[in-house]
Amino acid sequence: MSTTTEQIKELANTEYKYGFVTEVEQDIAPKGLNEDIVRLISSKKEEPAWLLEWRLKAFRAWLKMEEPKWPNVKYGPIDYQGISYYAAPKEKKKLASLDEVDPEIRATFDKLGIPIEEQKLLSNVAVDAVFDSVSVATTFRSKLAELGIIFCSFSEAVKNHPELVKQYIGSVVPHTDNYFAALNSAVFSDGSFVYVPKGVRCPMELSTYFRINAKETGQFERTLIVCDEGAYVSYLEGCTAPMRDEHQLHAAVVELVAHTDATIKYSTVQNWYPGDKNGKGGIYNFVTKRGICKGDRSKITWTQVETGSAITWKYPSCILQGHDSVGEFYSVAVTNNFQQADTGTKMIHLGKNTRSTIVSKGISAGRGQNTYRGAVKIGKNAGNARNYSQCDSLLIGDRCGAHTFPYLEIKNTTAKVEHEASTSKIGEDQIFYCESRGIAKEDAINMIVSGFCKEVFRELPMEFAVEAQKLLGISLEGSVG
Amino acid sequence: MLEVRNLKVRVDDKEILRGVDLVVKAGEVHAMMGPNGSGKSTLARALAGHPGYEVTDGTAIYQGHDLLDMDPDERAREGVFMAFQYPVEIPGVNNAYFLKAALNARRKHQGLDELDAMDFMKVVKEKLKVLHIDDSMLQRSVNEGFSGGEKKRNEIFHMAVLEPTLAVLDETDSGLDIDALRVVADGVNAMRSPERSFVVVTHYQRLLNYIVPDYVHVLSDGRIVRSGGRELALELEEKGYGWVEPAAAGARK
Repeated sequence: MSTTTEQIKELANTEYKYGFVTEVEQDIAPKGLNEDIVRLISSKKEEPAWLLEWRLKAFRAWLKMEEPKWPNVKYGPIDYQGISYYAAPKEKKKLASLDEVDPEIRATFDKLGIPIEEQKLLSNVAVDAVFDSVSVATTFRSKLAELGIIFCSFSEAVKNHPELVKQYIGSVVPHTDNYFAALNSAVFSDGSFVYVPKGVRCPMELSTYFRINAKETGQFERTLIVCDEGAYVSYLEGCTAPMRDEHQLHAAVVELVAHTDATIKYSTVQNWYPGDKNGKGGIYNFVTKRGICKGDRSKITWTQVETGSAITWKYPSCILQGHDSVGEFYSVAVTNNFQQADTGTKMIHLGKNTRSTIVSKGISAGRGQNTYRGAVKIGKNAGNARNYSQCDSLLIGDRCGAHTFPYLEIKNTTAKVEHEASTSKIGEDQIFYCESRGIAKEDAINMIVSGFCKEVFRELPMEFAVEAQKLLGISLEGSVG
Repeated sequence: MLEVRNLKVRVDDKEILRGVDLVVKAGEVHAMMGPNGSGKSTLARALAGHPGYEVTDGTAIYQGHDLLDMDPDERAREGVFMAFQYPVEIPGVNNAYFLKAALNARRKHQGLDELDAMDFMKVVKEKLKVLHIDDSMLQRSVNEGFSGGEKKRNEIFHMAVLEPTLAVLDETDSGLDIDALRVVADGVNAMRSPERSFVVVTHYQRLLNYIVPDYVHVLSDGRIVRSGGRELALELEEKGYGWVEPAAAGARK
């Protein structure tokens, strides 16, 4: 059996596959955060005065706030003055086609397996590639424009559609919402903006790849998606980041607005650098994601596969304001080595006959700590509200942990709320059964884990589901000894 | 095909097999019988490479290779198959998908092309027909929610698809009614060939009415105490295991 041990050692030593750094000239703001930096960011981006004011209000609010201490995660103090809050590739000019994109950047995307051109031609996916805070390539835009769909970087939206941005920014996640949301509101760099007009069904999956690259540059993405009456959109967010020794802070904000009869599907595959096997390095992923089902019969679905980051702190939530509106949350979170995740959702039922579904699958390996934290609130006017929650944890090895914190707050007696939870361990007998059929140990684990996550994967768009399964495999390499 | 010499196996610090010798030639069917706790299943699991079964002494040569030096998945790819006494459930993993991965792992090892979904389904449908197994078994999760009989039939189905060179059946008959028993036996009989060998572990003679063995061995207290032709099974049925046990029990002291 000694060969097995060696194989496992070898696999365990496999370094983060996407850990490479692209050499691109950067325009970096001096380290530190004060009002001048906020003004600098705003002026670099040639923003209107109202937006600068909004940023400054957020900054002043942030100064008075305290970093949350309640999550079930541990990390050293973050030096907010040691971070540079703005970085943009120097060569920034309008690009007519993808061919004009910096070859270095193109090569990076290729290494990550994001064939922009292929996607453009074959898979019918519009890709808005965000590279270190500034968009470098946007495809399919004209095709979408024909339908009246706006899909662009946040900065462009500020320039070209200021009335829409002004109307919706901060309407779901106020600038005072929490410490990290306030920080993001003050210094957000760029992100994506989507607007789907009345009655339009977006014909393709909209996709964005985020990538953190500049050393010690926090990423403060901001995404805003608005679906007008009867509209539909499916949005994909996928992330990989290169290897770094320093902890990198990522505090994004995502806001979704669904009007009457509108549907928004938001899917994420997150694979940022989790740190090495000793727990050194890795991304701090402190994200605020929230959607509002504003109109009757509207629907928001969050699907996430979280395999990366040293620490994940995020609770994609739904405010179910419209009557008969629906909120869904499907999540797979993996923690291996020293990764920590405190993730879940909030379903806030305000309208009548509102329904929500929560399916959370936590996988812990190594010394990983995985926490599900979810809140279901039923307001006093939310008659006949329904919630179903299912939280399953899978443990691999005996040094990891799984924790579940479901909060319920019910103010209407007609509510029906169900909660199911389970914890299981990958059994030696399951692995042996696969092996006895000729399936290698690592493949067996991937298979068992994928089976465990099936209910979530089937919510993902096809190409994402395949990618998610691969990521899961990479994340759990060498986790069973 | 298989040559086992002086095999000693320990489970949880307890010696279960205390020196087993067994020679199986190509095309032969060997029945391994014995009372509860005699080590029948331990022998099957040790041959398959179960990590909980520690080989402390002896050798097992399979087709010229040192079987004991191979990991369980390598053994399987080399053509060793074990039908489990208690098949394991793998929730969420589609039975067809699972089998395709297994078959392709074996084919790759044999230097054959991996089958795509279409070709795989062709192979599988044929086997299902021969075994009189319902198609629906393909789309269910591996053994999840299967009845005892379905689980055993699924094992035989796996065996039929993987076409092993050496098949070890670990009490496949236990808990089966007569109809299910027949399905299992027919499956095995359909696969008998001059190149393929079987080791059939069973507590009861009953299965051997359907799968007629070339040799019968009786295990007692971790050793083979009797070997013979199929008439030995009938004799056992008549006289009970008590007939072979006292000698072995005496030898232990």
